Amino acid sequence: MFKNLSRRRFLAGSTAAAGALSLTGSLAGTLGGRAAFAADPLKIGFVYVGPIGDFGWTHGHDLGRRAIEAKFGDAVKTTYVENVAEGPDAERVIRQLVTSGNKLIFTTSFGFMNQTVKVAKQFPDVMFEHATGIQTLDNLSIYSARFYEGRAVIGTMAGHLTKTGKFGYIASFPIPEVVRGINAFILAARKVRPDAEIKVVWVNSWYDPGKEADATKALIDQGCDIITQHTDSPAPVQTAASRGVWCFGQASDMTNFAPDWHATSILDVWGPYYTARTQAVMDGTWTSGATWDGFKQGMVEMAPYNAKLPAEVVEAAESVRKAIVAGDLHPFAGPINDQKGMAMVPAGETIPDGDLLGMDWYVEGVSA
Amino acid sequence: MSFEIVAPVLLTVISAATPLLFAALGELVVEKSGVLNLGVEGMMILGAVAAFAVTVATGSGSLGVLAGAAAGMAMAFIFGVLTLTLAANQVATGLALTIFGLGLSSLIGAGFVGIPVPPLPRLNIPGVSDLPLVGPLIFGHDLLVYLSLAAVIAVGWFLKKSRAGMILRAVGESDISAHSIGYDVIAVRYKAVIFGGAMAGLGGAFLSLSYTPLWTEGMTAGRGWIALALVVFASWRPWRLLAGAYLFGGVTIAQLYTQGAGGLGIPSQVMSMLPYLATIVVLTIIAAGPWKGRLNAPACLGKPFRPST
Repeated sequence: MFKNLSRRRFLAGSTAAAGALSLTGSLAGTLGGRAAFAADPLKIGFVYVGPIGDFGWTHGHDLGRRAIEAKFGDAVKTTYVENVAEGPDAERVIRQLVTSGNKLIFTTSFGFMNQTVKVAKQFPDVMFEHATGIQTLDNLSIYSARFYEGRAVIGTMAGHLTKTGKFGYIASFPIPEVVRGINAFILAARKVRPDAEIKVVWVNSWYDPGKEADATKALIDQGCDIITQHTDSPAPVQTAASRGVWCFGQASDMTNFAPDWHATSILDVWGPYYTARTQAVMDGTWTSGATWDGFKQGMVEMAPYNAKLPAEVVEAAESVRKAIVAGDLHPFAGPINDQKGMAMVPAGETIPDGDLLGMDWYVEGVSA
Repeated sequence: MSFEIVAPVLLTVISAATPLLFAALGELVVEKSGVLNLGVEGMMILGAVAAFAVTVATGSGSLGVLAGAAAGMAMAFIFGVLTLTLAANQVATGLALTIFGLGLSSLIGAGFVGIPVPPLPRLNIPGVSDLPLVGPLIFGHDLLVYLSLAAVIAVGWFLKKSRAGMILRAVGESDISAHSIGYDVIAVRYKAVIFGGAMAGLGGAFLSLSYTPLWTEGMTAGRGWIALALVVFASWRPWRLLAGAYLFGGVTIAQLYTQGAGGLGIPSQVMSMLPYLATIVVLTIIAAGPWKGRLNAPACLGKPFRPST
């Protein structure tokens, strides 16, 4: 460990000599012996796109940050900046985190990509981690979670729970991430209930509780008896509960908002990844990579199942989850037809990751 | 769209229109007195968080609603001190008020994320509330909905018929004349601004206690700005404001239902534009139609008043 620390110190010192990074340089200059440096905490910065109180996406990332603090205590010092607009503003924030001495920086939204790449190129001794990104550098990793595995679990449950065979899906924006979720859900549901269909309402926002609630009402009024969402507020869950309809939450455990009707939520669990990456920086073993983990690695989890669910529904959900973990089941295994009934994937094949990442077509049973 | 779906659609429209109606009606009175307060969003969200916090703390929805109104009034008072007493620029102060409100509400609300509250009680008249269609539509709402409608009537009467209302309009049309015949321009404007704050706070309280009974940061999601637009849309007339709020709510909701029904092949982004498109179209018609030039904006809107003597 000491060896690696001195390597970092050496890097900082050399940049100071080059005169490129005055602040980091002066920091290193003030540090006396090796012991003083070891006592200095590793500084870690986070850039959030939303408020930590959104009870969804950013909340999940902040739980990950707190997991780092809980594990490493005084050995780390974390800083976060919330509500950072995607675009030029992000560059200023990232740069500021660098100049204030952060050595590991997580940028947690797709739209921070260009800014993260730009700053990462200028500061090769700072490690960057970009969530849901697609571009890596020697000091820039990307990571994301296979949320669609969770969608397959709730789709299975929905297939069992529905009477009308119509599902309501509150969706944000038609990007591959969301399209993939819709497809995984209905593919799983139709294995249980072959005539099931899904109605999608786009609210064109990640976060508008009022509109999400209205969309939920619209879907229930049109015969949907299962509500699921790919937006970030608990409003759909709450509205579904007030109408007595089973619903699935997003990103955080939303049980509190619908104790009787919240079947389960798909949880993003960033803590283990964040602590592992922090450890890697401390050990000097950090290398750039691309991570896309799911149930197996614990990056996606299910919230506790509602106690009022019929036992066979929970069993079916768990068997799907376990089969995914064991590698026996792939949510995108053929045969798969598209929305118009055209065969897209033959039996015995699965859609490769590259195609999943850019998915822009709907499977059979989707009305969007 | 079949008949049995009409009632739920209308119910949804009513709840979507109510917060807009509250906030816009308050702003209408403020603007009639010649003050432009762009801080509606900020007052609204502070009302939302105050109403929610007090409801959680006391368990009483009514106290929550009062707290929402009071929080809006407190914010409006700050605005009043800055723009009326100190004659600061109204546009800049209003914008600052919005930003301040969003920040302060996040701070206050940090401990309330993820806690549910029981929704406000609904009016329930045995027998009547169970009537098909009419029952839920007319008698099935919580009291805030009726209050918003009563407020339209009250404001309409106040501005047109009451002496105080005429003084308020005089102050908004010509502050110097009103001052010269002995009316206290600043005092009238203070009252109007604080009324506007109370109404915005009520709109916020409706959001966090009835519309979606929860607190999340930024939950007003721009409704304060829409309320500001509605005032212009209504050409500063309360009854047109009522129509505007319901029209806006109606178009918003209609597009969600249309999407659920298969979308008619129109991209969802276009559907999301519809409410705003409708606003622009109506504004254009008002500005260019036979009643051209009668946009009706108060003559002293946005101008600071400094009594010379």
